[in-house]
Amino acid sequence: MTDAVLEIRGLNVDYGLGDDAVHAIRDVDLTLHRGEVLGLAGESGSGKSTLAYGLTRLLPPPGVITGGEVLYHPDGGDPVDVLRMDHATLRKFRWAETAIVFQGAMNSLNPVHRISTQLTDVIKAHDPRSTSASRLARARELLHLVGISADRLDSYPHQLSGGMRQRVMIGMALALEPKVVIMDEPTTALDVVVQRQILRQLVELRERLGFSVVFITHDLSLLVEFSDRIAIMYGGRIVEEAASADLYRDPLHPYSHGLLNSFPALRGPKRELTGIPGSPPDLRAMPAGCAFHPRCPHAMERCGVEVPVLGVPGDRPGPADRTVACWLHPVQDNGL
Amino acid sequence: MSYLLKRIAFYLFTAWAAITINFFIPRVIPGDPVQALITRSRGQMTSEAVQSLYVLFGLDKDASLVEQYVDYLGQLLRGDLGLSFAHFPSPVTQVLGDGLPWTLGLVGITTVLGFLIGTALGTGIGWRRGSWADALIPVTTFVSSIPYFWLGLIAIALLTGPDSFFPASGAYDNGLVPNPDLEFIGSVVRHGILPAFTILISSMAGWILSMRNMMVTVASEDYVTVAHAKGLSDRRVMVSYAARNALLPNVSGFALSLGFIVGGTLLVEIVFSYPGLGLQLYQAVGAKDYPLMQGIFLIITLSVLLANFLADVAYLALDPRTRREG
Repeated sequence: MTDAVLEIRGLNVDYGLGDDAVHAIRDVDLTLHRGEVLGLAGESGSGKSTLAYGLTRLLPPPGVITGGEVLYHPDGGDPVDVLRMDHATLRKFRWAETAIVFQGAMNSLNPVHRISTQLTDVIKAHDPRSTSASRLARARELLHLVGISADRLDSYPHQLSGGMRQRVMIGMALALEPKVVIMDEPTTALDVVVQRQILRQLVELRERLGFSVVFITHDLSLLVEFSDRIAIMYGGRIVEEAASADLYRDPLHPYSHGLLNSFPALRGPKRELTGIPGSPPDLRAMPAGCAFHPRCPHAMERCGVEVPVLGVPGDRPGPADRTVACWLHPVQDNGL
Repeated sequence: MSYLLKRIAFYLFTAWAAITINFFIPRVIPGDPVQALITRSRGQMTSEAVQSLYVLFGLDKDASLVEQYVDYLGQLLRGDLGLSFAHFPSPVTQVLGDGLPWTLGLVGITTVLGFLIGTALGTGIGWRRGSWADALIPVTTFVSSIPYFWLGLIAIALLTGPDSFFPASGAYDNGLVPNPDLEFIGSVVRHGILPAFTILISSMAGWILSMRNMMVTVASEDYVTVAHAKGLSDRRVMVSYAARNALLPNVSGFALSLGFIVGGTLLVEIVFSYPGLGLQLYQAVGAKDYPLMQGIFLIITLSVLLANFLADVAYLALDPRTRREG
């Protein structure tokens, strides 16, 4: 892929050190292409958020990145590994190239500073020579971008509604025109109507400004509607990755299938909601073989022994970016 | 703004209540100063002398409690706190004027310094959680639980003596007359070092502890993570995002401790025989010097109220969430 903007290769994240360490992310490979919305879905504890924190090096202790690389491809430049940047480079990289919108819409803003201060301090940190007038003008522009009137600049966070706060966060994420915006359940704390408004706005902004989005959520129905490609995570691994239309029409992994059957379809005939029996695996005591096999309706003997590899399934010879890690669909033999 | 007015009204009411209680308490305590003086002179006093003492102290009039109360309020408004019994015939205001600067100088400066240094250290230790600096925490917990005066006694026992640089008592050398020359100031500083350090060490430890714990709590807030993700400098994240929020609970604690400057270090002043209000209160109780006691209580009460008011104002200034609209 030549148009990759962010490439994750063999990323491993542990919580804790030594033998007690919990492996929250295992050997994750993921590529974000220029201008696309990549959805990342999975249950709680599947490692989605850890992945977001890991690739931006914001993991709170005791989280440790134990291996892998995160390659960022700047426009027309050589790729750089985010995980090997020194402190000063990392600080310049952050927000200028990859911005993040976090889960906690309510708590992402500093309660004691005005909105204007929080919008402008990031510009000042990355461009110390900018004048305060130009920063303020940019802040006004950003609020306008996310549909908030400029007189809200002087407000404090507690004077805004949850939806407005999350809009401010999205505006803030766009302050430095990053190439990549990572959204970690950005609308979870909001009601469905506001959720939809914000997502629609996000899609519009992306079309206008051309950034790529990694959209993390447990709500697969949102992803089917808003994203170009979807990766499904389970137990710290990616178990299936496909274009969202393909995944919706024909999920290959039994877990994806289960997730899709856990919410009602927006259009089309009614069908029975089934959900997935059991609960997500305990990361401290992962089952041998495929992590999903204790809950899987199609589990075979092989599933409890060998970990399936993520690859293009042999029975669906399609595009190369459709991959799955399941013994029901073993990887096609390329004659390797 | 109306919030502030409401608070002011509340404090005025509280002040009135405190003044009233202050008026009644000495009047329900048994004994009077003339009796105390008679006992002190072992009965060597004629009845005329006793009678003239009663007149001098104003205890001869058979005024009702209500009349006395109205008189008392009137005098307070004129800034007249009556005559001190023990320092007779100096007025109470003058006695207080002698003691207050010493207390404010010693305890005031150390309280402010203790807060500033303690908060700064606590911020640093909390921010670098898990580094070697955390080893200081058990020490500060231990030190903050030591009472001031005990630390003072230990300091006197270990550091003072006939040949020591540190004097064991007083605020300046006996032979000196208070005037602003180098010798006098040097003497004041030399006398102040030990009591100042006892107060500083034990009060600072408490601030370190609470600030460190608040920093650890705030450091895991989402907005601090966002600040890191924004690529702000470490210093800016620490000061403007983490410490700025961690400070809030400490500010009210600090304002309250300002209120206790006057009355809170009585024991330190006794231990070091430091001529501040605390020592005066101690002596006034011993001498049944009601007017002086009332005067000191009044100052303590008013300073606590003032400190509470300052805490309110500081909170309004520092935390926008407390400002009510409209």
